[in-house]
Amino acid sequence: MFGATSFVRKVLRKSGPTIAMAPFLIYTLLGLGVPTFGVIYFAFRGEHGGWTLSNVHQVTHGIFLVGFENSIKLGLISSIVPGILGVFLAYAIQTSNSTILRRLTTTASGVLANFGGINLTFMFIATLGSTGVLTLWLNAVGLNLSNFGFDLLTFSGVVFVYMYFQLPLMVLVITPALGGLRQSWREAAENMGASSWNYWRYVGVPVLLPSILGGMLLLFGSAFAAYATAESLTLGLIALSPIQIGNFLNGNVIAGQVNVGYAIALGMLIILSITMILYGLVQRRASKWLR
Amino acid sequence: MASLSGARYGFEEAALEDQPAPAEPPKKRRRIRWWRFVVLFLAGAYFFIPLYAGIKFSLENIAGHFSFQTIQELPSSPGFTGALALSLKLALVTVILSSLLMVPTAIYVHLKLPRMRRLLEFVTVLPIVIPPIVLIAGVLSVYPLWAKSSPYLLSFMYVILAMPFVYRSLDAGLSAIDLKTLTEASRSLGGNWIKTMWRIVLPNIRPALLSATVLTMALVLGEFTMASLDLWTTIPVWIVNFQGAANGHIQVAASMLGLVGTWILLVLVVSLDRSQSRYTRRKTGTQ
Repeated sequence: MFGATSFVRKVLRKSGPTIAMAPFLIYTLLGLGVPTFGVIYFAFRGEHGGWTLSNVHQVTHGIFLVGFENSIKLGLISSIVPGILGVFLAYAIQTSNSTILRRLTTTASGVLANFGGINLTFMFIATLGSTGVLTLWLNAVGLNLSNFGFDLLTFSGVVFVYMYFQLPLMVLVITPALGGLRQSWREAAENMGASSWNYWRYVGVPVLLPSILGGMLLLFGSAFAAYATAESLTLGLIALSPIQIGNFLNGNVIAGQVNVGYAIALGMLIILSITMILYGLVQRRASKWLR
Repeated sequence: MASLSGARYGFEEAALEDQPAPAEPPKKRRRIRWWRFVVLFLAGAYFFIPLYAGIKFSLENIAGHFSFQTIQELPSSPGFTGALALSLKLALVTVILSSLLMVPTAIYVHLKLPRMRRLLEFVTVLPIVIPPIVLIAGVLSVYPLWAKSSPYLLSFMYVILAMPFVYRSLDAGLSAIDLKTLTEASRSLGGNWIKTMWRIVLPNIRPALLSATVLTMALVLGEFTMASLDLWTTIPVWIVNFQGAANGHIQVAASMLGLVGTWILLVLVVSLDRSQSRYTRRKTGTQ
């Protein structure tokens, strides 16, 4: 009796870690591993079974290639512009004397950065749609945004709306790095006769650059992969990779292209993996100054 | 703070080295102030005008006058209550599933398998790298029909989408307390494992549990990508597909309600985070 209990205990102790980790590992295998595997598998499967490269071939040509180009362009614009503006905004907030402002903007950034999706679409329709509040204000002073090539329901609108979560995300990411700029460095630079420009050119920007690039890579990933806002804003009429995948899943498929959607998804996975690898490299460099 | 000491330094420089350009530092300072004002003003306009527009649209009748008509019409709009019920059901199931999965795993890893923390961190970041649109494509391609015909497949996937937030909350909460001492004290005083978890560990990480719950709920109630492609009419899908009002006021009103609700919840979480970190700082004292 005693021997049996101690044996059971021994087995339990030995396999304890495995048993305890099993639910989590099985769950993530089913929820992350299997779908990812499914995407890769079907990207190389023909319409009637069998292995094929035809899906990959189609994705790298024609309208699907345009989709990737547009998505990358969208990712680049809405990472570089909010990335740079975000640094200025974060610096303006960080160097301000008002503790309340700093605390409020930190909270607001945390909230806004998590907020994409369709609610954003309708808020901006109320702002910049054809009867939107800002549209009417601008019309009243004789400005018509469409004369400047701006249309809320196309590419330019998507870029403008994405800023609403990209800018706070950049502020969140870059604020710790700005905190790492030590006052003593500035004083040392000024002691040696450096002007403000010299300080930023030779000390500030080089120290911040890895963090800024890292932040921009995160923004790129989030704009490149976003579906809900772009889909609801443009009603799926814009050629972006996520929207094209959505069209396939909604059943808008022509013969011979049944599995092309999975090849687009595979392409997105590859681009996002590269982005994250670059992020890891840049992050390692950034942490050098942030101790 | 930085600009203050910078300005003080400027005066010191003038006094100590007796440089010929004493008027320069004040000028520079004023320029910085203007620049900051412009940046903050533009950012404020960008973030507040849409908010104002959304609220104005929600509180307007078709003639353009102030009224609660749109918001009052919302509950009786066709399909709204059904969509709301589905969204709330999915949120509840997701929170329960997520807690049952993540809380024991996180506690166990913190207590017994600290070397697995890196693995856990890596796995829980993956849902940020693999976008929902790719995940749902994979799910719809490989999962059997019986799974796809149930709305709770969405809850199953939302647990994955929420993992980065949930794990980070729990990790922060568990790192803030001295888990080992607490459990050992409880065990040596005769508490069994269940009692230790229920009466000692869980109450101590209550802020983390709460913030994980709120973040998960906010995520589920706002999620559009997976729900729309899995063809379930949750609240966001309902808003996008709604065709009733020609001018879209109902859609804006529903969006703004969702948005303001989410924000209130999230602001609560952020403030809770802050009070928890303050608590930790006080506890760890000089560190």
